[in-house]
Amino acid sequence: MASIEMRNIVKQYGDGFPAVNDVTLDIADGEFMILVGPSGCGKSTLLRMIVGLEDITSGDMVIAGKRVNDLAPRDRNLSMVFQNYALYPHMTVFENIAFPLRLAKTPDEEVKRRVAEAADVLELREHLERKPANLSGGQRQRVAMGRAIVRHAEAFLFDEPLSNLDAKLRGQMRTEISRLQRRLGITTVYVTHDQTEAMTLGDRVCVLRKGTIQQVASPRELYEQPVNLFVAGFIGSPPMNFLPATLEGDRLQTPFGAVELDERRAAAVRGRDLLLVGIRPEYFEDASLVDEAKRPLGSVFRAQVDVTEWLGDSQYAYIPYEAPEAITNQLRELSRELDSEELRTQAIVSIDATSRIREGREAEFWLDSRKVHVFDPQSGENLTRDAEAGARLTQMATEDRVEQVQEAQGHRAGAA
Amino acid sequence: MRYIFRPPGTDGAGLLSLPWHLPLEEWDRSLLLDVPQRGISRHVVRFVAEQGQVFALKEIAEPLARHEYALLGEFEEEGLPAVAALGICVDRPGGQDAVLVTRYLEYSMSYRYLFSRPHGDHSADRLLDTMVVLLVRLHLAGVFWGDCSLSNTLFRLDAGTLAAYLVDAETVERHPRLSPGQRRYDVDLARERVGAELLDLQFGELLPPDCDPVEIADSLAPRYEALWDEVTREEVISQDEQRFRVADRLRRLNDLGFDVGEVDLVTTPEGGVRLRVETRVAEPGQNRRELFRLTGLEVQENQARRLLNDIRAYRAYLEQTTGGTVSEAVAGHRWVAEVYQPIVDAIPPDLAGRLAPAEVFHEMLEHRWFLSERAGRDVGMEEAAQSYFATVLPRTPEEVTTPSVIATRH
Repeated sequence: MASIEMRNIVKQYGDGFPAVNDVTLDIADGEFMILVGPSGCGKSTLLRMIVGLEDITSGDMVIAGKRVNDLAPRDRNLSMVFQNYALYPHMTVFENIAFPLRLAKTPDEEVKRRVAEAADVLELREHLERKPANLSGGQRQRVAMGRAIVRHAEAFLFDEPLSNLDAKLRGQMRTEISRLQRRLGITTVYVTHDQTEAMTLGDRVCVLRKGTIQQVASPRELYEQPVNLFVAGFIGSPPMNFLPATLEGDRLQTPFGAVELDERRAAAVRGRDLLLVGIRPEYFEDASLVDEAKRPLGSVFRAQVDVTEWLGDSQYAYIPYEAPEAITNQLRELSRELDSEELRTQAIVSIDATSRIREGREAEFWLDSRKVHVFDPQSGENLTRDAEAGARLTQMATEDRVEQVQEAQGHRAGAA
Repeated sequence: MRYIFRPPGTDGAGLLSLPWHLPLEEWDRSLLLDVPQRGISRHVVRFVAEQGQVFALKEIAEPLARHEYALLGEFEEEGLPAVAALGICVDRPGGQDAVLVTRYLEYSMSYRYLFSRPHGDHSADRLLDTMVVLLVRLHLAGVFWGDCSLSNTLFRLDAGTLAAYLVDAETVERHPRLSPGQRRYDVDLARERVGAELLDLQFGELLPPDCDPVEIADSLAPRYEALWDEVTREEVISQDEQRFRVADRLRRLNDLGFDVGEVDLVTTPEGGVRLRVETRVAEPGQNRRELFRLTGLEVQENQARRLLNDIRAYRAYLEQTTGGTVSEAVAGHRWVAEVYQPIVDAIPPDLAGRLAPAEVFHEMLEHRWFLSERAGRDVGMEEAAQSYFATVLPRTPEEVTTPSVIATRH
């Protein structure tokens, strides 16, 4: 197992286009790192440079303290998991897992030890002597993981492994991968375009856009303290709402009324004419259902509801709003870049499932102003980001990870 | 449901009546053709016959089906050795996967089958060399295979030599050119898959005892590197040996089965010449095209070379016996009617379909030569054919009978 360090990595193709531009990223030993972003952001190229499939134009790729820029893929000792595994019908499950070791002429005793170890982690022990024909879909995928485990690779790499699975197996595999990574404590790099996968799997998530890193942080930090409009818009489903706003004193004037800012945030945004305020759907509520004690912490506004969506355990209301053309264009551009189809001049707000708010009518909403962020519409920068609070969130995630890995290692040491 | 076919779609039109709304696993056996010597697949694969042609049907996720369909189309246009895609069926009810339809490569065998019973001419060495030629050809064309294995490589006899074909492009990535890392990784994957499949055959007691899976798999990379180097290497030669060295290099490449598109010679400041060859990725096809023009027969390249030689000999014979000139076209037509077709028609029905007709003809010519040499006289076509059908052709096992011939028997 190993750390992976990338120093000022650049990948330029023949036409001069930088697919990856000056990426510096440290992945700790045992960490689960997600590379995420819309198509063309450079995430797959970056993974391929780790594996050795793409030449590195400049910069250093360091695995386990060793510069590997010029090493062949095989000599990097990494494992691409699930890359089109085949199950071999005449071999037992044991041999189906063991064959990479057989090909490497590993002594029998060692093969037995490693396969047994992998089978324990994967809960395949009672299937080892069977032929693979009768395994379930999930068990087959675990055999594929077993092959990766027995190699004792420095790290696991996944390139959109679930994109061609049906929804049910995808969910199952996501859990499986997460559990496995925790139990093995193996450094993992996982590429996806799916922000749900990113948020549920990663210790930290690296958000890429047009070949550059936007932000590297724990899922919670990305969600609560995004560095810019791009990250804020990419992370979260349904996505964050962006409303045009102007500052009057300490209050933001928005299509949904005035939003009070605390002193820190007001100071951070002062001196700008036009702003974008970012509000997550769950910062809204049906005003009639808000606790009296909580009410003063936010503002109340009335708006016409276009559509409501009741999902049993949750409910969403869609509220259209007016925005100046400059903002509309900006938001349309963002939508396009995020491969998103949402109409961005319509707010999606989460309301309690019991709310009686009906579509086509005007209703009163409450907005929690404590958690809104304010962005510069030109640069996209999050002006109100609290870097310290963000860092604390990521620190917490790191502590959790270290603890879990130690537990897993202790567990295995105990079992051995 | 939607069907997307590549013209001429008439070939596939008859397939439209098949029960596409059902999973392939539930199709009635009477609709399907049993093809015994296929390799292993991650997907459900079935075979059907339609108007004498055989098609392979594979159930896979729609994006993969579209990807593979598009790629196989490109390969066909560029003359890369791969199976041809006919079409895809998408939007099947109940969220079922798509089905990719490819044309069955007639008279082909999977590597998996061949390794399990190598006979004389097809030693493991030759099989592997042929596979490596395929990999190099694909890599020259910027194709990263990602899944080269015994099951995914088909092989055909071409006048006694072997030709390999890609049969599964699901994992293929197309790049303008491959990086050394991509090529090496593809070879690593091939090594692992070939090794694993040989181990599997060994566990199934299907591998001859003198075959060592690890040794065979390990030989893949060095073979590949040697061929890649031969095909792509730039060399600096001195000006006075230029002519000889260029000709020598081209001949070596031709011997390895590669055609050269362009030769690039650049003088160096030191007074030498840098020689670079641009190797064509497509299979050479001039003999094939020539034979088709003269006879309308569609065969493989080496078979075509062999048949063309026989046509030339026949033309000389005709000119000698008639005392006049015989045009190439007339010779071609008469050769088909008087020489080739009678032999093909004489193949005993129970032996038909084991080898392509052109391969039978080639083997028969070899046999005639062998018999004549032993007898000290030309034994003639008829005697050679009788003997060949009685003693040689039956050695090709019945299970390799090409499915289209099996289909027409029923």
